[in-house]
Amino acid sequence: MMKNIYWDSFWSFFKIGAFTIGGGYAMIPLIQRKVVEDRKWLSEKDFIDLLAIAQSAPGVFAVNISIFIGYKLKGWKGSLVTTLGAILPSFLIIIAIALVFQQFKDNVWVVKIFMGIRPAVVALIAAPTFTLAKTTGINRWTIWIPIISALLIWLLGVSPIYIIIAAGLGGYLWGHFIDSNNKTTQKP
Amino acid sequence: MMLFLKLFYSFFKIGLFGFGGGYAMLSLIQGEVVTYHGWISPSEFTDIVAISQMTPGPIGINSATYVGYTAIINAGYSSTMGILGSITATLAVILPSFILMLIISKFFLKYQKNSVVESIFKGLRPAIVGLLAAAALVLMNSENFGSLQDNSYQFYISIAIFIAAFIATKFFKVNPILMIIICGALGAVLY
Repeated sequence: MMKNIYWDSFWSFFKIGAFTIGGGYAMIPLIQRKVVEDRKWLSEKDFIDLLAIAQSAPGVFAVNISIFIGYKLKGWKGSLVTTLGAILPSFLIIIAIALVFQQFKDNVWVVKIFMGIRPAVVALIAAPTFTLAKTTGINRWTIWIPIISALLIWLLGVSPIYIIIAAGLGGYLWGHFIDSNNKTTQKP
Repeated sequence: MMLFLKLFYSFFKIGLFGFGGGYAMLSLIQGEVVTYHGWISPSEFTDIVAISQMTPGPIGINSATYVGYTAIINAGYSSTMGILGSITATLAVILPSFILMLIISKFFLKYQKNSVVESIFKGLRPAIVGLLAAAALVLMNSENFGSLQDNSYQFYISIAIFIAAFIATKFFKVNPILMIIICGALGAVLY
């Protein structure tokens, strides 16, 4: 029985990792079905709480979920098992592709195909910027934050890490000293 | 050896400050690995993003694994060492959230309802929008689009593909994998 839960949770997250293309949010329904409905490792309500926690913690969303559920099942050893399960499919597939791609990357057709793909990838990154700006509720008082951040990174080569640190610190100081009389709880 | 330590440190930072999901994390990877260290070129990075998007698993893990491999290969090491690079980058990127999530799980902290965390996120959210914008802007270069002087044919086609792909993603929610396949086919036909 002891061995079983390790294997079961490993295999569950392995399958979740192997069958969700696009990652992140695409994984939620699959994880929910497995973890809440099928195995009953977590109640519906706890799962919703977990989504909020995993989203606001740094790192990879799906991996954060696997760490939490592993811990709930078998402590840190459980976390180790579920995390390995979640990342192993990615790891094996990417290694296989990298080894093969290494040989074909100078092939004339591969070069042409990737010349077509590259601008599309840039568009894939650019498009959610505007959607995210809307969902985060950026208004005329906060619009300068993304603009200054983007210009610092793009034109001056400032590391995005410093932007994250400055923004987090700025948010904390603003909330602590200026906005402290306004303690309305907002959904993160 | 030094390179592996640097790789570990870079990806540990990426994992520690990787707020806001996959694409925001791509911006951090680009900042560390392409802009700061120059371990991989901008076009290699774009190719890695394309492949990470099309393969199963979280895009953050896929790209960390791939970047770890490529950075070591580019430094002139064997593919075995490249795989070690993958392991290094992947473990480093999950280690910070592993530690943090263990602490959160242990105390089942109502972490996200904490007022300090809430204020921090008020600052972080708009900055993450800036991170995404910067990731796109940095990649709009001659390596990915061609240049008007050297190859105007490639440049105009790239601009057309970019605009079409942007509209398809933003307004028609076209599946990204399908779009990458179509644009790859366009590349094969047009070039």
